[in-house]
Amino acid sequence: MNFELDEEQIMLKTSTRDFLEKECPKELVREMLEDEKGYSPELWKKMADLGWLGLSFPEEYGGADFTFLDLAVLMEECGRALVPGPLIPTIVLVGHTILAAGTEQQKQDILPRMINGELILTLAFMESNGSLEASGITVTAAPSGDNYIINGTKLFVPDAQVADYLLCVTRTTDGEDKENGISLFLVDAKTNGIDIEVLKTMTGEKLCEVTFNNVSVPGQNMLGELDKGWPIVQRMLNEAAVAESAWMTGGARWALETSIDYAKERIAFSRPIGSFQAIQHKLADMALEVEGATSIMYYAAWAISENHPDIPIAASMAKAWCGETYKHATYDGVQIHGGIGFTWDHDMHLYFKKAKASEVSFGDVDYHREIVAQLLDM
Amino acid sequence: MDFSLTPEEEAFKKGVNDWLDENMKDLPDWYVRNDGSGPEPESDEYQEFNLEWHKKLYKAGFVGIAWPKEYGGRGATLMEQVIFNEEMAERRAPSGAGGLGVGWAGPTIIAAGTEEQKKRFLPKILSGEENWCQAFSEPEAGSDLANIQTRAVEDGDYYVINGQKVWTTMGMRADWAILLARTDFNPDIPKHRGISYFLLDMHAPGVTIRPLREMTGEALFGETFLDDVRIHKSLMVGEKNKGWYISMGTLEFERSNSNSAIGYLTTISNLIELAREMKRNGQPLSKDPVVRQKIAQFYIEANVAKYIGLRALTRQLRGQTPGPESSVGSLLIMELGQRLQDYAMSLQGPYSRLVRDSKHAIKNGSWQRSFLSSRGNTIMTGTSEIKKNIIAQRTLGLPRWV
Repeated sequence: MNFELDEEQIMLKTSTRDFLEKECPKELVREMLEDEKGYSPELWKKMADLGWLGLSFPEEYGGADFTFLDLAVLMEECGRALVPGPLIPTIVLVGHTILAAGTEQQKQDILPRMINGELILTLAFMESNGSLEASGITVTAAPSGDNYIINGTKLFVPDAQVADYLLCVTRTTDGEDKENGISLFLVDAKTNGIDIEVLKTMTGEKLCEVTFNNVSVPGQNMLGELDKGWPIVQRMLNEAAVAESAWMTGGARWALETSIDYAKERIAFSRPIGSFQAIQHKLADMALEVEGATSIMYYAAWAISENHPDIPIAASMAKAWCGETYKHATYDGVQIHGGIGFTWDHDMHLYFKKAKASEVSFGDVDYHREIVAQLLDM
Repeated sequence: MDFSLTPEEEAFKKGVNDWLDENMKDLPDWYVRNDGSGPEPESDEYQEFNLEWHKKLYKAGFVGIAWPKEYGGRGATLMEQVIFNEEMAERRAPSGAGGLGVGWAGPTIIAAGTEEQKKRFLPKILSGEENWCQAFSEPEAGSDLANIQTRAVEDGDYYVINGQKVWTTMGMRADWAILLARTDFNPDIPKHRGISYFLLDMHAPGVTIRPLREMTGEALFGETFLDDVRIHKSLMVGEKNKGWYISMGTLEFERSNSNSAIGYLTTISNLIELAREMKRNGQPLSKDPVVRQKIAQFYIEANVAKYIGLRALTRQLRGQTPGPESSVGSLLIMELGQRLQDYAMSLQGPYSRLVRDSKHAIKNGSWQRSFLSSRGNTIMTGTSEIKKNIIAQRTLGLPRWV
């Protein structure tokens, strides 16, 4: 029995934090909110050079062959630093999906270039119905000779404006069973007929509406088998939930630590506000949630690393718990900071807004609780 | 990170399970049915049942398994102790009669007692021949435990004890008590520096115990009055005036939280069963979206508590000092237990008003009983408020109010 990070993982954590404190200061994070690209190509290159993009990929594609748990450690620190840009979409949503379901040709074509930082990848999944279920997929792909023609609109696509490839989840057969008839395509983002419009967001992150108007994709770009794409999506959603949970845990711990520091320094009524029980108990509650988030998130990440049968329930438990934790930590973080916490200048609102965005990414708290209820055969 | 067990631990686990398979067959029907038809937990009949089970565990070498072999223990590893606790919780095996003796008095004597004390007390704690209770709290010393007023004054080879204790857990059935009393009366020293730790014979002259009836209607606790009770000096544990530190040390013997959490997972299964049986508008409550949300949340919290507990256990196994996860774990466990019980009441709707021996009462009112008991969860091992103070001040390093 050993439920702690090992030495190598602790080193990874420390070196990631040191690097990001230097290379991803809040000035950069704030600059990227206004930036058209929404990420720093220089930072992206450095992260690629450090091997982060390929951390969890096999050596044959240029990766470092680490586990998903190691990646979770990295994501936790990226969440703490609010690293701008499509790390989770590139690595987890598309990269890991290609690794899990792609042909050898697809892996060779894309993964080495993704890992060395050349290619940015993203996922075109959700539509205007906001559904995470197979029944929500209405964008169609119809065969035409050796190609497929995609039509329809995807919404909430992260960072499509800079992506080189979109992994598009389409409907190829529409029958009674909605989970049958889903097919996935790797679409070159420069293909004719793709229209990308960046939406304005609360966090400043880049979410896009992507319209496919008779977009022609070669049949060999299909990922997995025709009509059999849904299990690939489900597998991806579990990993996405846990990667997002790691990201949230890192942000929540920042909010907790920053609030503790402030409570020790801020004097009111001639004493540090951290000596008041009203503040102490709030922080104790936050600490409980953050320790809980760390524990359940690492468990879920471990389950993915080991391909353990607990993956679906662990992923949903982690996403539900971390969703609440990050939100509470930043709500209370603002409250403990008082007036200064409500300003644009203080960094707390950056985390506060990210918490709200993360809460609904890949299923909100209620959604994942319902999955847990289903998995308990209720 | 590795959740697997070593081959030795797997073998131990199998041994525990084989034993439980064999011995749980003989449990009485009412225990197996778990439908509230058995005797009340405080009744003599229930206590006898517990003692019988305890004797079986003892004979099989499953009591105090992590205690040193020379004092009758098994010399098992901490991990084996945890495996044992978890299996017992998961199988819903009876807990036995060891209680405070095995969980608290024994470990204190092992850690701080004399050789003579160890030889005299430990074997009878394990065998269940002697029952123990705890006499720490007083009317003016609950959360503020260092404020105890009970006096122990030296008289030759003895200390003479005078004072009153309250919340003496299982006091009425106890043969011995672990006792805190003041031995330094200098008002200028910090209060916790003048306290000593004693082993008190509950049958000694001058000890009077009166049942304290709780909101459940039963009396698990007692009030203890000590009038010129003489305790031989050989029954002091550790040094004079060092009792506070010894008692704080034994608080750490609180078992790993992972097995409490596993016990809750069993309670949650019962809650799901209850939700399936209860119908509203012809539909089982388990299909109601609000009910599903609530129960799923409990399940998530119990698992979070379990994995917090396993992180704490990892540190303990490595011989490290407890980290932040230990203090938050026990807070979550106690609060969660209470919320679970509260929700079991809600699920029963109007039936939650019926209690034991009433016609129509679900499971003979056993949820109602455990609901009432659960209000003590957030008080008895340190109130939630005290726990939050400790988290804030010791773990997060926030300043004390001075």
